[in-house]
Amino acid sequence: MIPALGLLVGLAAGLFLHPAVPLALQPYLPIAVIAALDAVFGGFRAVLDGIFNDKVFVVSFLSNVVVAAFIVFLGDQLGVGSQLSTGVVVVLGIRIFSNVASIRRHVFRA
Amino acid sequence: MSQDTEGNPQPSASAWKRLMLAARPRATKANALAALLAVLLGFAVATQVRQNQSLGLESLRQSDLVNILDNTTLESSRLDQNARDLQATRDQLVSGSTSGAAAVRAAQERLDALGILAGTARAHGPGIRMTIADPGGKVTAPVLLDAIQELRDAGAEAIEVNNIRIVASSHFGLGASGIEIDGSSVSPPYTLAAIGDPATMSSAMEIPGGLSENVRGLGATISIAQAPDLTVGALHPLSGPRYARPVSPSAPATP
Repeated sequence: MIPALGLLVGLAAGLFLHPAVPLALQPYLPIAVIAALDAVFGGFRAVLDGIFNDKVFVVSFLSNVVVAAFIVFLGDQLGVGSQLSTGVVVVLGIRIFSNVASIRRHVFRA
Repeated sequence: MSQDTEGNPQPSASAWKRLMLAARPRATKANALAALLAVLLGFAVATQVRQNQSLGLESLRQSDLVNILDNTTLESSRLDQNARDLQATRDQLVSGSTSGAAAVRAAQERLDALGILAGTARAHGPGIRMTIADPGGKVTAPVLLDAIQELRDAGAEAIEVNNIRIVASSHFGLGASGIEIDGSSVSPPYTLAAIGDPATMSSAMEIPGGLSENVRGLGATISIAQAPDLTVGALHPLSGPRYARPVSPSAPATP
């Protein structure tokens, strides 16, 4: 409940404060957001599986974000930044889909 | 996933229960950290969406920029090609219309020349006016025909006799009431108007043994006046050829 409220607060802050993304972070923010979403859906799934652990969630969230950003950074350094971004987005997208499918089975039995 | 649901008779209710349980506010450190992360996530999502809506070129990678530049260059050269093609088409059309105008002008000139030749157009220009007074009625059709022939030899381009246009098919004859030209009778005094070089024509008339001497020998009088601009106003009615047909230029010449 508290994290959900926190999400709403963050959305509101982002909408009303009009923050500017620093130039250096611009390639990584979208990937980081996708990775964080993956972690969030993974957390939901863990809750429904009954194996949710606060610590695991926080660590997986942070590591997801950092690793995704790092992969993109590495890709940029190697000159394949856009391709690696696409790859990361594809992988994270697949994970999000499978997590959502699992959540759906738990919640709707379908 | 499906394995979980198989063993549980009420998986849906249990899932909701678990969700409620997890959503219950707890004042643990991890929960606070998760909330903080959620705030960050929401902030990042909103920021990224806003950023993406106002995206400029400055946020793009070098390779993307190069791609965009390539595309733009390609598009530009394609449009250049287009512009060149259209320019060429336009030039063609313009030159076509000017050559069309030239053709119209040439056709008009031909029409004028043929109209003067066929006597269907009024003509004006320098020439001579010649009057043959014949009180004795001695001037015959051959004499008039001689006069016409002399004028033509001297370069007359349009001739009329007593308001009758003289053309290639004009014929002179002797009718009941005197001389007839093209079937209409003419009576003295005969007034000839001829357009051409005045000096040449008048000297041709005055040549020794020529028309003037001949006419005076018949007891008639002749007066010749040069005019800088006289008008041959009589027209010859045009009748289409009944038998002759033009040969198309591509047809082989018959022997």
